[in-house]
Amino acid sequence: VKNNATGNAQRVTAALEQMNIVIVGHVDHGKSTVVGRLLADTGSLPEGKLEAVRKECQRTGKPFEYAFLLDALTDEQDQGITIDTARSFFKTAKRDYIIIDAPGHIEFLKNMISGAARAEAAVLVIDAKEGVRENSRRHGYILSMLGINQVIICVNKMDLVGRSENTFQDIEREYRAFLKSIGAVSPKAFIPVSATNGENLAQRSLQMPWYKGPTLLESLDDFKKAPSKSDRAFRMPVQAVYKFVSQGDDRRIVAGRVEAGKAKVGDKVVFLPSNKTSTIKSIEAFNAPARKEIEAGWSTGFTLTEEIYVTRGEIMAHADHPPLVSTRFRANLIWLGKKPFSPDRDYKLKIHTQAVPVRIQQINKVIDASQASPDANAPSPVGRGTGSPQGEAKPINRHDVADLILESRQPIAFDTIAEGEATGRFVIVDGYDIAGGGIITGVEKDEKEELRAEAQRRDFNWIKGGVSQEARAAKLSHRPALVMFVGKAGVGKHKYARAVEKALFDKGMSAYMLDGTNVLLGVDSDLVWVNTTQQELVRRFAEVAHILLDAGHLVISTTNSIGLADFSAVQALISDFPVLAVDVNPAKSAIGSADLQLTGKESEPDVIAKMVGLLEKHHITNL
Amino acid sequence: MDTLDQLEQQSVYILREAFRHFERLCMLWSVGKDSTVLLWLARKAFFGHVPFPLVHIDTSFKIPEMITYRDKLAMEYKLTMVVGQNVEALKAKTTFPDTQNLPDGDPKKVSRFDCCGMLKREALTNTLNGTWSRKRLNLKTGKYEIDQDKEPYNGVIVGARADEEGSRSKERYFSPRDKNNLWDVGEQPPEFWNQFKTDFAPGTHVRVHPLLDWTELHIWEYIKRENIPTVSLYYDQGSGTRYRSLGCAPCQSPIHSKAKNVDDIIAELKSGKLKNIAERSGRLQDGKHGLEELRREGYM
Repeated sequence: VKNNATGNAQRVTAALEQMNIVIVGHVDHGKSTVVGRLLADTGSLPEGKLEAVRKECQRTGKPFEYAFLLDALTDEQDQGITIDTARSFFKTAKRDYIIIDAPGHIEFLKNMISGAARAEAAVLVIDAKEGVRENSRRHGYILSMLGINQVIICVNKMDLVGRSENTFQDIEREYRAFLKSIGAVSPKAFIPVSATNGENLAQRSLQMPWYKGPTLLESLDDFKKAPSKSDRAFRMPVQAVYKFVSQGDDRRIVAGRVEAGKAKVGDKVVFLPSNKTSTIKSIEAFNAPARKEIEAGWSTGFTLTEEIYVTRGEIMAHADHPPLVSTRFRANLIWLGKKPFSPDRDYKLKIHTQAVPVRIQQINKVIDASQASPDANAPSPVGRGTGSPQGEAKPINRHDVADLILESRQPIAFDTIAEGEATGRFVIVDGYDIAGGGIITGVEKDEKEELRAEAQRRDFNWIKGGVSQEARAAKLSHRPALVMFVGKAGVGKHKYARAVEKALFDKGMSAYMLDGTNVLLGVDSDLVWVNTTQQELVRRFAEVAHILLDAGHLVISTTNSIGLADFSAVQALISDFPVLAVDVNPAKSAIGSADLQLTGKESEPDVIAKMVGLLEKHHITNL
Repeated sequence: MDTLDQLEQQSVYILREAFRHFERLCMLWSVGKDSTVLLWLARKAFFGHVPFPLVHIDTSFKIPEMITYRDKLAMEYKLTMVVGQNVEALKAKTTFPDTQNLPDGDPKKVSRFDCCGMLKREALTNTLNGTWSRKRLNLKTGKYEIDQDKEPYNGVIVGARADEEGSRSKERYFSPRDKNNLWDVGEQPPEFWNQFKTDFAPGTHVRVHPLLDWTELHIWEYIKRENIPTVSLYYDQGSGTRYRSLGCAPCQSPIHSKAKNVDDIIAELKSGKLKNIAERSGRLQDGKHGLEELRREGYM
């Protein structure tokens, strides 16, 4: 069996546009019937399929339903419900359609979302007899959150309510009010249909003369393709950097999909959040004509004039329109995890090609999307690392929708959903499973914002010498990096730092110990102590270190005046080189964010061995 | 950007995601039109290279031309070509072709469905998890040798299309299979936008489906556009028949068609002549729920 038609197709050409439509709505409101009937009435079923299903129904004593044409899986026919999204294909003179039939049962909400997340437009089915039910509302909310703004509402089973215009209008009024209350876009059409009888799907109903609007088929053809994203600011999240040397290929290709805008050979480009810059040398492709320019939609690859070390998860952009960079953002999210979304621990955030640890910073409100009017809770700030939420936060349970602020462990590059879809939406992974998904509605300021702005201005405009970072790294056999020994006075930081510097130098590396005192004595000698002086000390220290890193050195720093608390400030200022923290702490208190934790009792050779391992792990020495 | 471009770009994106997330990644290559398009798309994704092994399950009943074609392309594209087989069942001759002439009711008689279970599903499961030995093509000698690599694969790229058959339309781009290779259709992970299931428990593996949105017509149009080499079995050689879908010789029958080349096939598909014949209609093992059951238990 095969539930599509490759034919019906005088007009099929590769150039004909294709559109994904999802059918959603409450369980038993007749989604599969709408699709089955639409396929039957447009001649999109293989010959004999209809008869075969009818015969099968007779044999098993079940009344025939158009839904059986779609519900291919054994369990589904047995239970009479759609378990997963099924796809079928049909075409009109205007375009090819892929119809995604999503399950209406609450248990399969994640399947409905998977179907809807691939759609460009939606048809939501409401049973005229049952009226608006909780999943009618929930699905409406989810469509809106997923960014599907073209929606048709089919009020189905009109034959069961005597094809009453009043019933139809009551449902339209109620559902319009609901959509308005959640800020969703107004539907393209409300259509009274009887899917079983094929009324107002492909053919106009003769029994509902009061309805003057379009049929479902006419409305589908009225959907518009999303406008090209090519005229927006250029965005390409780095998916990978390829170099197939063993195949005798020397090209170093920065690969990814252009999600918005366009770029051409010769363009100066920046990478966020590292602030690295280079220029596009070529646009690479296999078995395709050479091109000088590439635009949104293409999975492509670039070589760069100056080879720089960039990694997956960075966004390639133009310097005049970079994406946002922060650790905090506001988001709307739907939770699908079996366990509630806990503010007490980290989860994995996946956004475009980036994956980082993330935690709830504040829950603004939790909404039961199945209710007629969203119930807002008071904002409930969540103290990071305090172990319990302050105030009475409603937990985010399965199928809840939440407005919240998330905080990532390290800065990430992104856009708000209004600025760019692909770079403004994310999922949360709990253990092995995607447990939630959402959209970024705004950026939240964090403490490092000004430092990042300073770093960005500096790095975008940095005058580069004639020796590239890659050439320097190749010559020295290591990349530059800053290793900060932090901890209280007298715990042995200085001793370790000196030993590490010497050992690395003896291995042929360009290691240099930068003691904060030396910066204090000279660079900081003009500073008078006021309450902002600490920040200025950290800033100057980081800028000095940054110059040494640009020169290619492995900088080992130790200073009492700059502690672990300042570490993220240093990181914000040095985004283009690795910055590692080694915490020397006899109490072994659980600070946790250090890259290496020492007690001060370790022998020097032991610390050196650990350091060598750490540098390898971060790809600083094993090029 | 036309529809073929869009399909190609999404497939390339999926292939790159798979390559990134699975250390032990392979691609199943049946040597048919779909998985050969998939192979081509891998070369697109990785700029002419195929940075993971191609795995072929050889039932020994494939039409000989397919094997010749497989090895020719493997040498030409410098593929890491790995072949797995149910050696035991073939030796014991407990297959459908070996037992089809036995009288009905003979307990030794093996059905087409059970034969598929042994030669394809079981062979696939045990080849992927490394239980059975694999053979690998030596690109220097052109000969197959015992593969020294016995490790299981945890990511498997498959050329299934949603339009082929009902149960395939329920797949995700990234579909997990459990330790026993089982597919739990009701409990599939959500797939938001382009965020796929890339975290998984040890011992499980993920099937990756870059061709899910392609139709049979798209496949042929792409073969034409890219000039991808295909086996001659798809074309009428003068007998007025051709194969529309390739499997084992004893279990497939050709369709009546005079399509002699790619253009003819595209014209035939567009004409609607094949509209009312399911693509796998020539595949005799499918039957009612046949493919779905095979697939739940690990078949492609």
